Amino acid sequence: MARAAVRGRLSWVLGEVVELIDETSRVRTIVLDVPDWPGHRAGQHVDVRLTAEDGYQAQRSYSIASAPEDERLSLTVEGIPDGEVSSYLVGELRVGDMLELRGPVGGYFVWDVQMGGPLLLIGGGSGVVPLMSMLRHHQASAAMLGARLLYSSRSWDDVIYRDELERVTSSTNGPEVVHTLTRSQPPGWTGYTRRVDSQMLAETAWPASSMPSAFICGPTPFVESVAAALVILGYPPASVKTERFGPTGG
Amino acid sequence: MDSDAMRVDGNAVSGILGEVFFQEMTAARIACGGCGKVEAVGAEHVYTQAPGIVMRCCHCDSVLLVVAHTEQTYRIGLGKARWLELAEER
Repeated sequence: MARAAVRGRLSWVLGEVVELIDETSRVRTIVLDVPDWPGHRAGQHVDVRLTAEDGYQAQRSYSIASAPEDERLSLTVEGIPDGEVSSYLVGELRVGDMLELRGPVGGYFVWDVQMGGPLLLIGGGSGVVPLMSMLRHHQASAAMLGARLLYSSRSWDDVIYRDELERVTSSTNGPEVVHTLTRSQPPGWTGYTRRVDSQMLAETAWPASSMPSAFICGPTPFVESVAAALVILGYPPASVKTERFGPTGG
Repeated sequence: MDSDAMRVDGNAVSGILGEVFFQEMTAARIACGGCGKVEAVGAEHVYTQAPGIVMRCCHCDSVLLVVAHTEQTYRIGLGKARWLELAEER
């Protein structure tokens, strides 16, 4: 067992916060320098552990936002009111602080360019984070595969990575990004204004005949309704990978 | 909040499953003895609000596994999981 423990057991390591990016009023990207980071696959997470002065510990799992090709590891965290970990990460953490983390973890909700595509990414709210890692990986590998992101947000101000998404969609061979804004829209908005439904998927998803790889991430009801709708559109269930947030425990 | 909204999936517990099984577990396959369906661990339904974590079949809702971690031990409750298939050492 000793050998197995050495091989498989992930240990906690320290990363230094080198940059903090406010993505929206509630969402922040934490850029970390982690010595000897073993690398990750797009879609994986890390566990983050906070320890209070009295020894009390709390840990949560957060999706990695950076691409495997990126030099630094970045996590994007949504602050949950009263969330004991996320409110610290979004509100208190400063550049130069050390953060304890373990990972990468996860081998199911992952996409490598070798897995092929086209790629269909459907995100609700901060569910876009692991999908962004996949999009960045797609861009970095200059894959000749199509990639589409259907991204549901409450309002234009709640769109995470908004500027980067605008930029990459205008680049050659860039992904296609379709937004839906479910609560409020800026003046002149001509895009979707409702929750993702089967009609919207029929209009935006790759046809099942092109054998897409689909990844859905968001709150549990969002993920389950979108996954069911894709299967009705003819996507084989095994081609639809899901990751549910559930009630964000903070 | 109702139980549907409390649900996450196997991805959310990849860290603790790694502690128990010493390897990445979300891509491991698990067979349900309730309905016979085989899925990736990452796709199964998981409830983390109980003391410990409860994994249920995403097709028939049978309890597959329960993992409880105390200061000294991990207890794996064996539910209706018929088998679990892990990748060989790479």
